[in-house]
Amino acid sequence: MRAMPVGDDALLLEVPSGQDAEALHAELQRRRSAGELTVREIVPAARTVLLDGVEAPSRLAARLAGWEIPPVPGRVQEPVEIPVRYDGPDLPDVAALWGVSRDEAARIHAASRFRVAFCGFAPGFGYLTGLPDRFHVPRRATPRTSVPAGAVALAGPYTGVYPRPSPGGWQLIGTTDAVLWDHARVPAALLAPGAVVRFVPVGAG
Amino acid sequence: MTDRALSVVRAGALTTVQDRGRPGHAHLGVPRSGALDAPAAALVNRLVGNPPEAAVLETTLDGCTVRPRSAVTVAVGGAPCPVTVDGRPAPWGAPVRVMGGALLDIGRARSGVRSYLAVSGGVTVEPVLGSRSTDLLSGLGPPPLADGAVLPLGRPAGVLPYVDAAPQPGPPDELVLRVTLGPREDWFTADAVRTFLTRAYRVSSASNRVGLRTEGPPLERARPGELPSEGMVLGAVQVPPDGSPVVFLADHPTTGGYPVIAVVRPAGLAAAAQATPGTPVRFTAVSRR
Repeated sequence: MRAMPVGDDALLLEVPSGQDAEALHAELQRRRSAGELTVREIVPAARTVLLDGVEAPSRLAARLAGWEIPPVPGRVQEPVEIPVRYDGPDLPDVAALWGVSRDEAARIHAASRFRVAFCGFAPGFGYLTGLPDRFHVPRRATPRTSVPAGAVALAGPYTGVYPRPSPGGWQLIGTTDAVLWDHARVPAALLAPGAVVRFVPVGAG
Repeated sequence: MTDRALSVVRAGALTTVQDRGRPGHAHLGVPRSGALDAPAAALVNRLVGNPPEAAVLETTLDGCTVRPRSAVTVAVGGAPCPVTVDGRPAPWGAPVRVMGGALLDIGRARSGVRSYLAVSGGVTVEPVLGSRSTDLLSGLGPPPLADGAVLPLGRPAGVLPYVDAAPQPGPPDELVLRVTLGPREDWFTADAVRTFLTRAYRVSSASNRVGLRTEGPPLERARPGELPSEGMVLGAVQVPPDGSPVVFLADHPTTGGYPVIAVVRPAGLAAAAQATPGTPVRFTAVSRR
């Protein structure tokens, strides 16, 4: 792990893989809950975890070097289930990239077990990992100017669900009625980093 | 609606409700938001006897005009500007008593960008995740003010301080931002790092609450490819592919994929919020505390 100071009161922790970042994030959360870590924000991302609002970053960096980071715990969490209709306009393209039929593409996606690696882009937008490497797809060559709320989409190693209408370049494979973000709800975000997620097909695919 | 309210007569170019923002939700993709010139917002709150977390109005260049429905104490600070009550001049940077139904005008900034209006009792729109701030990046919080809008006000909390006027720093002729290098200065050539720390930039007119954009000598990368998205802090100086540094302000995205060459010391961010387009900018390196 590489610990880089960011300004005067933050640390950016860089690890070799996305899986390492998820494991590090889980461990940092655990230590914060246990009162061993005082920090304003823990922000996981693709290969890093940012600790913002830290009292003495260099001292914390030295402490971190001695930590054992256990692998992400396996099947302890109840998955968040997201009902999805596999009716996205890019499903035929994705199925072609995978070399399978549309029904089979939907089946592959729904059979995968996802984890929220991190959030960003918009409140409640989670970057979900869990699709095997051979099913990773590129972004669309031309982004759409408007993607509807509830669109279930793929890009690179990630699956995501658009919490609200926005421009976007991901491949749209389905639609959900689940509310990803509602600031009047507690918690506001349906998906938080570390959550386990399953997509459940509904209706005629 | 009770009589504790403020009618918006002229919303101005961009006037938003701001408080100290909503830190603590970055992991969900929620920007911190909050007043861009935080010391100015804190000062006007103090001048009207509000607690520091009370919400104020943040204007952009051309002020705004409001009409309180009942008598209130107000104070205007931040960017210096004319203040009038029913057309008669009133002091800037000092508490002013405004009668119910009177017209309070915050004029065009004489210098600087953002003026702050505190009203006794504070603006009490519905908070979102613990904050009343308008976040222009993600759309959280109340929308920017519109002509005819009515904003609820809280009950005045306490006793007014014995202050007739408070000194405030003037907006800068030249913006000197003290930075600590990193975390990604190794993504740039040694020449680019030297350019960044020695050459003059200018504030771009494309600046907003998300970031202070600059124009100047582009910074060349030492390596090709993309940086996987990573967490961003307030004051991060991100360098997009065009090579022009952007200083992240309160509504900045929580993660980003362009390398951060340096981070601006928090003390410089209020001045950055008041720097008008065209203002010269210099970045100077300081060592970490």
